[in-house]
Amino acid sequence: MAIISFSQVSKRYPGGFEALKAISFSVEPGEMVFLTGHSGAGKTTLLKLIAAIERANHGTVLVGGQNVSVMRAAAIPYLRRNLGLVFQGQKLLYDRSVFDNVMLPLVVTGQPYREAARRARAALDKVGLLEREKANPVTLSGGEQQRLCIARAIVNRPALLLADEPTASLDVAYADEIMEMFGAFNRVGVTVFIATHDRQLIGKWRTRVLTLDHGRLQ
Amino acid sequence: MRAWLRHHGVSLVQTLARLARSPFSTLLNVLAIGAALALPVGAFCILVNLEALSRYVSLESQVSVFLAGNALPADIASLASQLKGTNGVRAVRFVSRDDALADLKRGAGMEEVVATLRRNPLPDAFVVTLSGRDPALADRIERQFKSLPKVAHVQGDSVWVRRLDALLQLGRTAVILLSALLCLALVAVTFNTIRLQILTQRDEIEVCSLIGATRAYICRPFFYLGSLLGLLGGLAALFIVLGALAVLDRDLMQLGVLYGIDLRLRFPEAREMAAILGICAALGWLGAHWSVSRYLLTFERR
Repeated sequence: MAIISFSQVSKRYPGGFEALKAISFSVEPGEMVFLTGHSGAGKTTLLKLIAAIERANHGTVLVGGQNVSVMRAAAIPYLRRNLGLVFQGQKLLYDRSVFDNVMLPLVVTGQPYREAARRARAALDKVGLLEREKANPVTLSGGEQQRLCIARAIVNRPALLLADEPTASLDVAYADEIMEMFGAFNRVGVTVFIATHDRQLIGKWRTRVLTLDHGRLQ
Repeated sequence: MRAWLRHHGVSLVQTLARLARSPFSTLLNVLAIGAALALPVGAFCILVNLEALSRYVSLESQVSVFLAGNALPADIASLASQLKGTNGVRAVRFVSRDDALADLKRGAGMEEVVATLRRNPLPDAFVVTLSGRDPALADRIERQFKSLPKVAHVQGDSVWVRRLDALLQLGRTAVILLSALLCLALVAVTFNTIRLQILTQRDEIEVCSLIGATRAYICRPFFYLGSLLGLLGGLAALFIVLGALAVLDRDLMQLGVLYGIDLRLRFPEAREMAAILGICAALGWLGAHWSVSRYLLTFERR
């Protein structure tokens, strides 16, 4: 069964702008898929539909077999706990340490502190930030902040990792490093779905590429 | 269940930490609530004391029964037994016209005045002490006495008792109105405080919502914050009122010494103080609830 399945999905924003037009595709478990397209093509909107941040106007969005487009508001948090989200604009909390940022998804789900701390450190170790756990995220470089976002996204051991422009504003060496990290997660079975406009980056990977053009899938 | 309890613990600790992080604004908030609530709480205490005092002062509700000039000793004797036999009468004291005149003479400067009188103008009288302070009872007894033979005039203090009762009733109504108004103020203060807190924690709320926090998890710290603000405000109000009562009590005791009576203020009981704190916490929660549903849930789903 596909982990993500869109059929005839359209999204129109209030005001009439049609971000997505009759999108249909599916992603199998364990796949690594790139979503690309020009800026404003609808990449972010598509990711938001998967995470139930936005709802489709038409069509069906299935995530892990659940119909997200008709999901009750109270069920959405439990859907998101099974997703790893790497947001555009990072959305780190600067009033707490690196460690506490990674702890947040585990605190929210009510994990016992000891177990949560162990998993948070393991996640930080995977992205190479373990020795910075006490630092404030402000003091991290752009690449490090992006790695911190990834640590926060994987700390819940999600089956599906969604990333929106994870390499934006990073230089090529850092971008390759970040992509290598996603590749490593994919090799241990995590489904990875990455939206990026960086075609050069995609060229280095031999994976499926979905291309959006003005809200339509090419 | 354990995870749920852990959430509550974490929320409470976070809320306390948040209050402690900005001690000055917390203090000002608590003082604003405390000062506002001290008014109705203080007024309530004063009213309770006045009621106690009024019971003390007019414990002896009295009716004076003046006899007609032509009353004979036999009439007086039969009247005395009739008065004593009336329901609601505790004691009857006879004051003869001669005793009354002697009493009058003792007043300052009255001796010369009395000396000019050719005959005693005062009537014989009974002073009747009633067993209750009920104005209706006093009224009924007064009317009953008026209809007795050889009774010229009945003078009761039931009018005075009624006036006092009416005044106390007025006081009670005023305290209720004042309380309602200032409870509204408490709700408004917590509403606004929580609104500001929500705005400063916008990022955190958004991130938590995106990583799978339930609505209850996100709202909970704000409910705690509102309840805590109400509770601390209530505590501040109680401290203000207890301090004021202690000062007043000292002055009142000195006044009592001058009058030869033991005047003491009644302080609120533990049960009453617990009720006040409970109400304050509930009102704080209400303000938080209102604020959360107004501001938090609106940007949860855009």
